[in-house]
Amino acid sequence: MQSVLGDKKAILLLLGPALLVYTLVKLVPVLWSLGLTFYTGNPLGGFEFAGVDNFVRFFQDPQALEALGFTIKYALVLSVGQILLGYGLALMYVFVLRKASTFVRTVVFFPTVLPTVAVALLFKSLFAVGQQDGPVNAGLEVFGIPAVDWFSTGDGTFTVAILMELWRSMGFFAVLLYAGLLDIPEETLESARLEGATGLRLVRHIVLPLSLPVLLSSVIFSVNNTLKVFDTVLALNNGGPGNETTPLTLLMYRTVFNYSDYGYGSTIAFVLTIMCFLVTLFVFRSSRRDITKN
Amino acid sequence: MAIDTAALRPAAGIPSTNGLASRRPPRRAGGGRRMLRKLPVRILITLLVVVEVYPIVWLVLGSFKTQNEFFAKPTWALPESFSFDNYVAAWTTGNLANNLLNSILVTVPSLFFMIVLGVAAAYALEVMVWKGRNTVLLAFVAGIMIPGQMILVPLFTVYFRTGLTNSLWPLIITYTVMGLPLTVFLMAAYFRAIPREVFEASTLDGAGMVKSFFLIGVPMMRNAIITIALVEFFSVWNDLLIALTFTTKSELATVQVGLLNFSDEYGSTDYGPLFAAISINVVGMLVLYLFLNKQIMTGLASGSLKG
Repeated sequence: MQSVLGDKKAILLLLGPALLVYTLVKLVPVLWSLGLTFYTGNPLGGFEFAGVDNFVRFFQDPQALEALGFTIKYALVLSVGQILLGYGLALMYVFVLRKASTFVRTVVFFPTVLPTVAVALLFKSLFAVGQQDGPVNAGLEVFGIPAVDWFSTGDGTFTVAILMELWRSMGFFAVLLYAGLLDIPEETLESARLEGATGLRLVRHIVLPLSLPVLLSSVIFSVNNTLKVFDTVLALNNGGPGNETTPLTLLMYRTVFNYSDYGYGSTIAFVLTIMCFLVTLFVFRSSRRDITKN
Repeated sequence: MAIDTAALRPAAGIPSTNGLASRRPPRRAGGGRRMLRKLPVRILITLLVVVEVYPIVWLVLGSFKTQNEFFAKPTWALPESFSFDNYVAAWTTGNLANNLLNSILVTVPSLFFMIVLGVAAAYALEVMVWKGRNTVLLAFVAGIMIPGQMILVPLFTVYFRTGLTNSLWPLIITYTVMGLPLTVFLMAAYFRAIPREVFEASTLDGAGMVKSFFLIGVPMMRNAIITIALVEFFSVWNDLLIALTFTTKSELATVQVGLLNFSDEYGSTDYGPLFAAISINVVGMLVLYLFLNKQIMTGLASGSLKG
């Protein structure tokens, strides 16, 4: 039996192709990119060894620091929003709507599957159609609030980006967390109710601790994805006005493809990778500590 | 069949039985008071549905408006006529037909290679027994975390030097590899849920491991494969970064890149065709979603929790 399950030829045949392309197209480029962080230049003009200059440059480059700041701000605000709204919706599905929640779940989830560029263009129009006000401004005017030129300021663009992403993704996080809530045994809830825990107290003391694992997974997923934001800000306002809503991903893209600085671009990508890695590690570690404490 | 569903459960996330909600004892309350108590919730839910649906309705209505209507009429006015001129313009002069074809030509082969390579690799890594398999699995899974930006520059250099940039191959190759980590990881989880005896029994009858992979492994994984294919379909179809980087000519643009260019070229002047182009994308996805919504919800949820 062992010999069949360990058949070397079969392993090579089944695993070989995947491992080969994965190594060539992912692992080698990652190492290559890592090597590039020590160089400046591009294939046409030639590369020059720069040591750690790129990293020094990164932390002295006001544009890079602005992009870093925007990336962190965006990830933080959006993740908090996604988890809070998603958890609120999930609690509503389970405790208020119960079996009738299918329709609402289906409707609220739908934007998740839409192409991001299409959603960004749609939201751009919702907030302004050319020189005309979109429905949002028209709606504000009904309440006597003057129209806002959303895309002329960084804060305005940031607000639209956050609203749009929440609209797009809250249904997704709701379904994710809903699945976690369904895993809580009914007996546990029943006995808590017999002890007199209802409403918010039930959520706070019973539901929240028991859904912590799925909440933490959602946090990792949310932060990891929001740190990599690219297409929505690009399509919404092209990182503008100026560079005010340019995240690291977009700055990296421009550094490489507009300014042909491959080495510095790779450095920016590397900083982003490290951030994703640290967040995952941090949330993962703290979640493990929580479990051992209980 | 029974094993099929059992295999899906551990990672699939959403159990079909709604135990938490259904077994709660009914509350006794007077009819009127109950209505009043439920009113805030009803309003909240109505608001929620309106917020989700209105932008899409407004979009589709806008796709029938003329340029004059966009600028002279209030933004929530209904279109004056339902002419399909905007759709014709988007489809032909806007190049949407060509973009859609490119997206299909990229997505289908990418999914095919990703699934074939990924499922076979997961089988070799999870079902078969050999030294070092955990290390290889880890190497695959680590790829989930690495941002696409990290491999962009080297790949661009290589594709450019080999002259591949004049075709859709750079997209297909890159998507295939970027999808492998999640595919391998999820498939390994699904294979783990199948009792090892199933594979041992088939080998006792004299089938080699490769043969039992095709005859036992793949058929049992049918539902799991559909789930992963859906998850990956959306990530490939909706990608902008890779498509933007490796499409050097507008004839090769995918839908996302096409839409982006569309808004650059026509955005400030021609709203009707732009709205029509976005509508085609949104409505197309809506149709797909209505057919498969349960599978999509489960699939995306399980895919992301592992990621």
